[in-house]
Amino acid sequence: MAASSKKWVLAIIVAALVFPLLKPIFPDFVSDYRLFLFSTMIIAAIAVLGLNLLTGYNGQFSLGHGAFYAVGAYTAAVLMDKLNVPYWATIPAAAMVCFIVGYLFGLPALKLEGHYLALATFALALAVPQILKYKWLEPLTGGVQGIVLLKPEVPFGLPLSEDQWLYYFCLITMIILFWAAANMLNSRSGRAMMAIRDQYMAADTMGIDTSLYKTVTFGISAAYTGIAGALSASAIAFVAPDSFNIFLSIKFLIGLVVGGIGSLTGSVIGGIFYVLVDNSAQSLTQFVKNDLGLPFDLSAYTVFGVLLIAIIYLMPMGIAGGLYILWRRIRSARG
Amino acid sequence: MEQFLQQVASGLANGAIYACVALALVMIYVSTDHINFAQGEMAMFSTYISWQLMTWGMSFWLAFISAVVLSFIMGVLIERLILRPLHNAPVLSIIVVFIGLLAIFNSMAGAIWSYLIKEFPSPFPKSSFGIAGVIGPHQLGVVVVTLIVLGLLFVFFRYTPLGLAMRAAAQNPQMARLVGVRVDWMLALGWGLAASVGAVAGIMVAHIVYLDPNMMGGILLYAFASALVGGISNPAGAVAGGFIVGILENMVAYAGNQIEKATGIYIIGNGEKLTVALIIVIFVLTVKPAGLFGRVVVKRV
Repeated sequence: MAASSKKWVLAIIVAALVFPLLKPIFPDFVSDYRLFLFSTMIIAAIAVLGLNLLTGYNGQFSLGHGAFYAVGAYTAAVLMDKLNVPYWATIPAAAMVCFIVGYLFGLPALKLEGHYLALATFALALAVPQILKYKWLEPLTGGVQGIVLLKPEVPFGLPLSEDQWLYYFCLITMIILFWAAANMLNSRSGRAMMAIRDQYMAADTMGIDTSLYKTVTFGISAAYTGIAGALSASAIAFVAPDSFNIFLSIKFLIGLVVGGIGSLTGSVIGGIFYVLVDNSAQSLTQFVKNDLGLPFDLSAYTVFGVLLIAIIYLMPMGIAGGLYILWRRIRSARG
Repeated sequence: MEQFLQQVASGLANGAIYACVALALVMIYVSTDHINFAQGEMAMFSTYISWQLMTWGMSFWLAFISAVVLSFIMGVLIERLILRPLHNAPVLSIIVVFIGLLAIFNSMAGAIWSYLIKEFPSPFPKSSFGIAGVIGPHQLGVVVVTLIVLGLLFVFFRYTPLGLAMRAAAQNPQMARLVGVRVDWMLALGWGLAASVGAVAGIMVAHIVYLDPNMMGGILLYAFASALVGGISNPAGAVAGGFIVGILENMVAYAGNQIEKATGIYIIGNGEKLTVALIIVIFVLTVKPAGLFGRVVVKRV
């Protein structure tokens, strides 16, 4: 990472840390609702990063990362609900469980390539809500009803609102996870992951244990997305099977493709992006109905679908890649 | 025993639907090596079109044929406009485009016709159709209609010059091009046919599962399972796979039911249908990727 971009990252982190403290000065701008929205964006960014580690850096496709998100969310919810585990302790637990589940799913995935892996994970995504409703799991998962939780309380008597604290909790988790991911990608293991993506045969010949790397990457990727799921369980204070449908996995794919495949910055952009579009669907429908006079209830997925196709055509590297190319052009134009 | 026969019969009816969607998937896979994740949503959209035509006063069969024809045009257009330019794109791009199509069709159907579940009529007369106690009129009708469609397709591919050209284009595009087959158009026609077959499946199943934008999710998953069981490179295998999986699905639920009756322990039932399909998909993919009737792909490295 170049020194200048390191400075930028630091500046953004500081800005993100200071932002909620401005609440007394700009009460309208820094509202609890906005902080909650930012928290969901952070959670989305972590989930997309998880998918990016697998698809972007290791070249394995997954259309079913919603499954790991669900496992993370349910692990956290069950621990809080049944065992009264504090919310912060559910994060490492969810990471562990999801790592194991992801690793195990990575084993059959070893035999699958390209379309077939996409197919298997797509099938997984379709089946998740049903698996969560399985009768034997019902005492734990609460079946169709789901589990209602309490929102995380502000610790140590800090003078913060619940949403402010949640925001900080998510933000700090995200900073740690991104830092860890950046370090991992910049290491021998990270280079091995990318070598497998770019030249599987060559990587194998060079002595990289491809099976080990692929399954462990699957596990790590699942753990990241699972942590996002656990955070979301705390943030929304509710989990229910039908919210983990195929469209959740599609959202992660949106984040991945729009942000940029194989880019850490892209994961953040992608996460922010899909939450934004998801949130503005309502006003979009209003616009279509009132201003264009069309009798349609436009959902965010129309936008998502069109964008997915458009980005593949226009910006195969995603927004992060597009910005990078733009930045390089400006640099070279200057001299 | 009668209950058992009923289960087999309804398995056949479901199997017919799966066979159609699986065939649509295989038709696209054989010619382009792509797995169309939007196949189910396209079929759902076609079903809504037929429903719309019916509410405008068309008779069932007229609406059926119109929807099938419109689906054909839709399929051709999608291939020509959206997938053609991505001819040499990496696998991920293609998958993303299919998922994009899935999202568009699903949300557009919701936008135009709302997410409310609608009833869908059955064209088959209630009396004098079906075998009392074994198979209902609609189920038998579904099996008959799909068998007719599959028969027509077989005749088309086997005995007409266009069908031969399409098979040639799928099997060996370069050679086909050399002998004057317009391979690009053959692919587009294949897409059109796949969309039409999917439409037939959608319209036939809508009476059973009711009409809503998410109606094809589970069916698509079962169609994947069928195509894989039969061998994803073999159209006839996909049809056989459809019937096998359809019966298997009902047998599993039936067996689960019997076990629960006998021992009182619930293991598996109707609520686990998608999980069963998932297990079939992963099992076939990892243990026997060529399926029952598929060609084993040997790759040279």
